[in-house]
Amino acid sequence: MPHRTFFAFILPSLFVMLLFIALPILSVAYQSLFIEHDQALIEVETCDPFSCQKELRVDAAAMAALREEAPMGKFNGLGTYTNSSHLAFDEVSQIWANSPSILAFLSSLTNLPFYNAMAFTLAYTFIVTPLVIITGFFIALGVNAVPTLIKGPVIFFSLLPMIVTPLIGSLVLFWMIDSKGILGATLQWVFSDPQLTLKASPTLTWTVLMVYGVWHSAPFSFIVYYAGLQGVPKDTLESAMIDGATRWERVRYVVIPHLIPLTTFIALMQLMDNFRVLEPIVGFSAEANASSLSYLIYNDLRIAETPLFGSAAATSMLTIIGVVILLTPVLIRTWRDFNRKTH
Amino acid sequence: MKLTLKSSLALAALFASTSFAYADCGIEKGSVRILSNDFLALQLVSAAAATCASDTVEVTANLTAEHKNLQVAALSTNPATYTVAVVANGSLVPLLNEGLVRPLDDLVAMYGQQLQPNQLIKVDGKIVAIAFMANAQHLMYRKSILEAAGIAPPKTYEDMVAAAIILKEKGEVASPLVANFKPGWDLAQEFVNMYMGFGGELFEPGTANAAINGEAGLKALAMMKAMADTMAPEYMTFDTNALGPVWEGGGAAMQNMWGSRAGALIDPAGAAPEVAADTVLAGAPTVGGGTIPATTLWWDGFTIATNASDEDAAASFQAMMKGIAPEVAAANPEAAAWLIAGYEPTPAAVGVFETVQAGAKPYPMLPYMGLLHTALGDNLAEFMQGQESAEQALADTITAYNTAAKEAGFLQ
Repeated sequence: MPHRTFFAFILPSLFVMLLFIALPILSVAYQSLFIEHDQALIEVETCDPFSCQKELRVDAAAMAALREEAPMGKFNGLGTYTNSSHLAFDEVSQIWANSPSILAFLSSLTNLPFYNAMAFTLAYTFIVTPLVIITGFFIALGVNAVPTLIKGPVIFFSLLPMIVTPLIGSLVLFWMIDSKGILGATLQWVFSDPQLTLKASPTLTWTVLMVYGVWHSAPFSFIVYYAGLQGVPKDTLESAMIDGATRWERVRYVVIPHLIPLTTFIALMQLMDNFRVLEPIVGFSAEANASSLSYLIYNDLRIAETPLFGSAAATSMLTIIGVVILLTPVLIRTWRDFNRKTH
Repeated sequence: MKLTLKSSLALAALFASTSFAYADCGIEKGSVRILSNDFLALQLVSAAAATCASDTVEVTANLTAEHKNLQVAALSTNPATYTVAVVANGSLVPLLNEGLVRPLDDLVAMYGQQLQPNQLIKVDGKIVAIAFMANAQHLMYRKSILEAAGIAPPKTYEDMVAAAIILKEKGEVASPLVANFKPGWDLAQEFVNMYMGFGGELFEPGTANAAINGEAGLKALAMMKAMADTMAPEYMTFDTNALGPVWEGGGAAMQNMWGSRAGALIDPAGAAPEVAADTVLAGAPTVGGGTIPATTLWWDGFTIATNASDEDAAASFQAMMKGIAPEVAAANPEAAAWLIAGYEPTPAAVGVFETVQAGAKPYPMLPYMGLLHTALGDNLAEFMQGQESAEQALADTITAYNTAAKEAGFLQ
């Protein structure tokens, strides 16, 4: 294809990508360098239905003039990235100096909001992703083996967890594991411990969130693998059978090698999705025990009475950097495969 | 706009009374656009304001729990998307910070004859909002459960904890004490309540420096921990909405719950009539030998947008006067603790009014209060679960607050 035609061909998508992906990221990056202007405070008397008192107020007129002059706010450089709510350089070096061992250092580190969120985010990503891949693979093998007559309904029901919106799905499970819910009450009965609840301790909450994550995402890897299974060469399988290969040997030496490229794709998507985990934390009311990078952004923008745009922007940029670091090995692998195939 | 069956009935009753069906609000023309939170009392107010609609007067209302996230952006445009923003102590502050609410002195003088002096919210001598209902967290308890155990209704938090321990030992109620301890807004609000009860000052006077890491802060946290020790293990997932069913299911004996929820909890036509009949409302308890209740007073009121035309502002004010007319409170006395003239406290408002009379302090309307509230909500959970000391939790809160306040420009 001549270069001219190629460019004409991809120009529309290139334009859309620039407009809807690159520009917003640039604007977030730019925003993260700014904080609000210093507030002009004046002391005035305030009266409500209950009493009157002298209080500080923002001088709205003075602030409007300031904003007119510099609408982005006060330039802060990378200050937001290094403050105590984000990478916390000062606090980290202090903790490092005061910690007798690496373990003590890591445990004090998780007291800082960003590293606390990072700990859960990484644990979630690296535990849920492989489990999703494995579970999805076995569901696909199972579904592939059921009789054609009921295959349709089985596929539909296997996909349901993914069809349910994450927030709703997590709420449904949240109520089921309530001590009055069907799962929670059953667990109490099984362990004959009326105080047992999956919502109380950090360990149990993390477990519940991860089980939910696997439950929700397994259908995705299932459907990809199921599609891949349809393309497994029948004659290879048949010759393997003639050679006396067991079912497991056929899976191990024929099916799995055939599905490896799909695994890269699923890993890529799942790493990206799981690194941005948010809805289960909200749905399971797990704020006490788990926090994630996306939750920090949500907290800055939606929970706070005064939204902190700079702080949220800085966390967003750090999330993007995190995703890039996570995906690099997978991308390098894909690139190598691609090169091998084209040459 | 989501209407419950109950409020639909109330609205039907409202429209049925002939004095309302063809309201003459005295508005010649204009546009009234209301943005408001969504609960029964506010539904009644905007429905009554909507009766002012005519050929020349347009009245629209957007009632949504998302109102706090919409209001600043919606009122910043010129002309403002909404002419009326219904606010509370906390949510008025962001509007004031941006200068988005109009001084109402001239409108009150012209159209506000029905208002009582305590309805006028003044900042720097100017009226900025009109309050029409009060709210506070106060004590609710199950009479029969306490009586059966021979416990007198608690007057202090210490009594509450002691009573909870006795009830827990008897094992009659799953979790004798429940509270809004969900990390985030609710947990922070409980801390502010308790801290006020211990007589603490949230900020160094005249500055934006948080002052919570003193003795009162430690005492407040110790009391909250003592309460938590008597609660169900999943207490950190309970917020106001989650506690409604717990209470109605008979799973608790004492709580400090919002007055605005009292009407539903003592409603004999509600989900659990036996529990409702047995629920008693009382003023918020004191703590640590203090004299004022350990709670904060809240009000709900309305403001008019700066960026509305004078004509729309006048029309909006007149429509809202209809919305908070004495008839509305008289027709729906159970819906709220109204601050409207002629309203007599009903059983549902007893708790709020006892709390007000006992001298509870209002929730501060300081411009940087929201930042401290958020920092508290994010940093107390680890202490509550026994993972760090109270000193550490308060120090973490101060660090988080200082960082946020610097970013918001309140601290240098």
